[in-house]
Amino acid sequence: MSGMFSMTDVTVCYDNVEAVRNVSLSVEEGQIVTVIGPNGAGKTTLLMATIGLLASRGRMVFQGGDIGRMSVEDRVERRLCLVPEKRELFSDMSVADNLLLGSYSLRDRSGVRKTLDEVYDRFPRLKERQRQAAGTLSGGERQMLALGRALMAKPKLLMLDEPSLGLAPLIVREIFCTIASLRDLGVSILLVEQNARAALETADYGYVLETGEIVQSGPAKDLIHDPRLITAYLGGH
Amino acid sequence: MTSDIAAILAIDGIATGAVYALVAIGTVLIFTVTRVIFIPFGDIAAFTALTLAALDAKRFPGTGALVVILACLATLIEIISLMRNGELRLLPRALLFYLVLPFAVVGAAWLTMRMDPPLAVRLVLALMLITPIAPLLDRIVFRPIADGTVLLLLTVSVALHFALVGLGLLFFGPEGVRTEPLTSFSTEFAGVLISGQTMLIVIAALVFSGFLYLFFDFTLVGKSLRATAVNRTGSRLMGIRPARAGTIAYLLGSLMAGVSGILIAPVNTVFYDSGFLIGLKAFVGAIVGGMTSYPGAAIGAVGVGILESFASFESSALKDVIVFSLLIPVLIWRSLASLHSEEEIEE
Amino acid sequence: MTRFHVQLAALAAVVGLVLAPFALSPFSITLMNYIGIYSLVAIGLALLTGVGGIVSFGQAAFVGVAAYATAWVSALNGYSPWLGLVFGVALTCGVAAILGVVTLRLQGHFLSLSTVAWGLAIGFLFGNVEGLGRFNGISSIPPISFGSFALVSSSQIYFLIWGIVAAVLFLGYNLLDSRLGRAMRALRGGNTLVESLGINAFRIKLVTFVIAAALASLSGWLYAHMSRFISPGPFDAGMGIEYLMMSMVGGAGSLLGGVVGAAVVTLLKNSVQDYLPLIAKGASGQLEIVAFSALFILFLQWARQGIVPFVARYLPKVRRERPQPAPPLPRRAQPAPGELLLKVEGAERRFGGLVAVNNVSFEVRAGEILAVIGPNGAGKSTMFNCLTGALRVNKGEIVFAGRPITRDAQSRIAKAGIARTFQHVKLRPRMSLLENVMLGTYARTGTGLFAGAFRLNQHEEASTRHEALMQLERVGLGDKPFELAGNLPLGNQRILEIARALAADPTLLVLDEPAAGLRRQEKLRLAELLQALRADNLTILIVEHDMEFVMSLVDRIVVLDFGSKLCEGAPAAIRSDERVQEAYLGGVA
Repeated sequence: MSGMFSMTDVTVCYDNVEAVRNVSLSVEEGQIVTVIGPNGAGKTTLLMATIGLLASRGRMVFQGGDIGRMSVEDRVERRLCLVPEKRELFSDMSVADNLLLGSYSLRDRSGVRKTLDEVYDRFPRLKERQRQAAGTLSGGERQMLALGRALMAKPKLLMLDEPSLGLAPLIVREIFCTIASLRDLGVSILLVEQNARAALETADYGYVLETGEIVQSGPAKDLIHDPRLITAYLGGH
Repeated sequence: MTSDIAAILAIDGIATGAVYALVAIGTVLIFTVTRVIFIPFGDIAAFTALTLAALDAKRFPGTGALVVILACLATLIEIISLMRNGELRLLPRALLFYLVLPFAVVGAAWLTMRMDPPLAVRLVLALMLITPIAPLLDRIVFRPIADGTVLLLLTVSVALHFALVGLGLLFFGPEGVRTEPLTSFSTEFAGVLISGQTMLIVIAALVFSGFLYLFFDFTLVGKSLRATAVNRTGSRLMGIRPARAGTIAYLLGSLMAGVSGILIAPVNTVFYDSGFLIGLKAFVGAIVGGMTSYPGAAIGAVGVGILESFASFESSALKDVIVFSLLIPVLIWRSLASLHSEEEIEE
Repeated sequence: MTRFHVQLAALAAVVGLVLAPFALSPFSITLMNYIGIYSLVAIGLALLTGVGGIVSFGQAAFVGVAAYATAWVSALNGYSPWLGLVFGVALTCGVAAILGVVTLRLQGHFLSLSTVAWGLAIGFLFGNVEGLGRFNGISSIPPISFGSFALVSSSQIYFLIWGIVAAVLFLGYNLLDSRLGRAMRALRGGNTLVESLGINAFRIKLVTFVIAAALASLSGWLYAHMSRFISPGPFDAGMGIEYLMMSMVGGAGSLLGGVVGAAVVTLLKNSVQDYLPLIAKGASGQLEIVAFSALFILFLQWARQGIVPFVARYLPKVRRERPQPAPPLPRRAQPAPGELLLKVEGAERRFGGLVAVNNVSFEVRAGEILAVIGPNGAGKSTMFNCLTGALRVNKGEIVFAGRPITRDAQSRIAKAGIARTFQHVKLRPRMSLLENVMLGTYARTGTGLFAGAFRLNQHEEASTRHEALMQLERVGLGDKPFELAGNLPLGNQRILEIARALAADPTLLVLDEPAAGLRRQEKLRLAELLQALRADNLTILIVEHDMEFVMSLVDRIVVLDFGSKLCEGAPAAIRSDERVQEAYLGGVA
């Protein structure tokens, strides 16, 4: 497999259980790839292993280099970024500090100010609240901050874990619009969602993960019309 | 008790409390960044006093040998761990931090010693010699179990304290020391005599707390330390290495403890094992602040100092009993105040 | 290895201990006496730390309280050491009970820190109280005597010490294998599970704490009358750490580990004292503590589990008999099908500004399966936790079987007949399947501390074991009852949780996302099991995310979205409801 990121036969054990088994997938430059599946299918585990928070077996290649045994921090320095399901914001710290820390891994500090302005342009709400502690934000604002913080690191591969989780439909729409617009920046995105329809409508390519294994994959626009997926995840019409 | 005596006791207590506060702030710093309740900070403070006393007596302090031994151990452990992870390319960096730098510090101190330096230089030397100890101990003792529970880390920390007391006796001998006062200035305020040393203690405590505040609020490194303290996973996802943040925290904490040791040495006779009580009382102060708040820890430590001062007036034999008994109601109040969910003990 | 082999090994050990004084030198016997005395404290710590998960740095203070108490009674006031024993044990247990009541509600490391605090405070007290000889201690303590026979020499008191150690081990192992002991073993790993089984975790902790203190007091009593002299030194904070070290080296959680740990540490210390002067002359005293602490740190870094569990892995497993049929445990009266069982009225739960559950009302009738569904973050889990008492509602009322349970503690709700499972499976992985299910029967049974330790209530124990086996068979896990729960795959762990819930003989079974993470086959099996349970007239409430799983199984569905009830009805109606599709099935264009 080529592409900017690929994993081959990746297995992740978690609490004595093989939560992810022999998963292979790849993300091309500038592509949005989504992994959909029911709760507990191992989607979050897959992302945690990709960023290095969980140990895995198998091969992971990012921009031609093997990253499978690297520490989380080394992967982040290579511009792999994860927006985790729990957001993991620095709740006691201000919005501005959260964003600033997003750029921590960048050696070259000269462009940080400019990136910060770009993030504020993208999320004006964050600019309004830059002095406020992250813990006081609403659910939607938190998600924006988590996304904005990730963008501060100028990621090459951005992984998003359930960005729509717990958000009202209107905000979900906004978040997905933002995700789609990131493609224009040249950021590759690996998107994990249980909101299968929204994910497939945004993505270029999709994988279906069930009980830790990829059971189906294909271009997103094909998957969205697949009869089996419609009954299982998309709500039969 | 007359109001005069009360005022003297209060001032005395504030000075002692200020010393505890420096150690308490260091304790909070280490705890929030690494989850280690670093009981041996008191020992670091006591060792600094002993180091300074040795320098004053124109003897090269045992601290030098201690640092050299710890540096060798830490280097050995680092090399083994690098080999295990197949990261030998990082070896030069590791050698620099764990071997060359500590040796350079000891060497520089040794050379400077021969030139019979003035007090100010000796103070700097004492602090220089003491600061590598805690980061090296971190590498040797805590890094291999960094993912352990707070309880495991605490148990190890208590054991480490006992090891340090033994090493203290080995390297500094059983004699107590009392260094020259840093200043002979004194003044009268509202009819109570305040010594310059007392004022110096309080001022130093304020200055160093202020310095820490600026560091945390205005530097990226300071913010990265706070981030590690607030959310470990989150900070790792930003590329902040917990081990590195830990080392910085230990360096800063040692500096604070070292300063407190220098400040207390002219006031109290310091023995190789005096650190335990300093550390524990600072720690009581830190707990009053919930182990997470710097101002809370400082206020708590000053409170402990005042309480101790008054308690020793009432019954000098039972002052420690009183201070530690007080910890239980404080813990209960803290436990009720903190709404954190139960810590699941690992199976 | 069978039970018989274990008994044989124990017998051999006892014979060896009885013969030992005739073969050993007086110095070795003295060493053995110290090992025995330390063992008692370490066994108590094994219970407290290893079994109950409470790390105490202060046990040395309890030893000291009893030692000083008996010295005060016998040396200073001239009464019999036996009176000293009664006074010492009573005083220590009293002190422990008070400290326990005050501190055992503390969380995690706060609790351990409090043991440091009172350990130090009590330790300082010994050296500073006028009547107790201050730092000079108390001397000329009389020996223990039986009538006119005084235990003066070390080979005489040897038999008393090791007799007590053997008795403590015997009673201790009995206790751990009883109803209360299982509850103690369940403490480690968090209160949530324990409380949900109707076990009052605080009370169990208190009992464990007082037992550990009582063992420390026995040790203190023996120490005082063996060495005939006491001073504050042996009861200070350093010794508290040493006791902790003994229990951890031996293997926290293993009573035998307490004895092994005490032996290893004492012998090691003795040999360190012998050899260190050879390595570094004149520096032995300080190097001893350094070497010792370093060894302990290395041990904690590399072999946290301790010696006994390590060795036990290489021993053949004890083969155990399947539980025999026994008279059944008494059962609860089940409500008539269709009767109103649970009523939730206007429930509201806020977290800060976030309203997680907003004015939700629904009913559960006896004999039905009701599902509460909704997308992630809809407030299902919060609703669930309010039902089971893990959280309190801010507003509204919950009535179960005609009785309001809105403000009840978890353990009371469990006793009232609601049994639950957990979304993130909560089992005790180091207990067997059978024991995990036996935990479920806690609220239905009544064997207490002494009955457990002396095996006085074997009828109930037999019934409990049989009941647990029956429930295991009912859910299809009856073939290997002695397997450790941690070895099961996730699917079977969920099933095991259901068996444990069934063992409580509930009127309402509440399941938190039982299908999450299960394979298709496992889901089908789970659905079959739940249908079989409904056929037995059990009422079931399921909180679930998996639509497919729920649709074919349940009678009625309540849909939550953003904390509010969206609608309620039969599966078919829910499936075709447009609001549900919009909210739940991802109708974002």
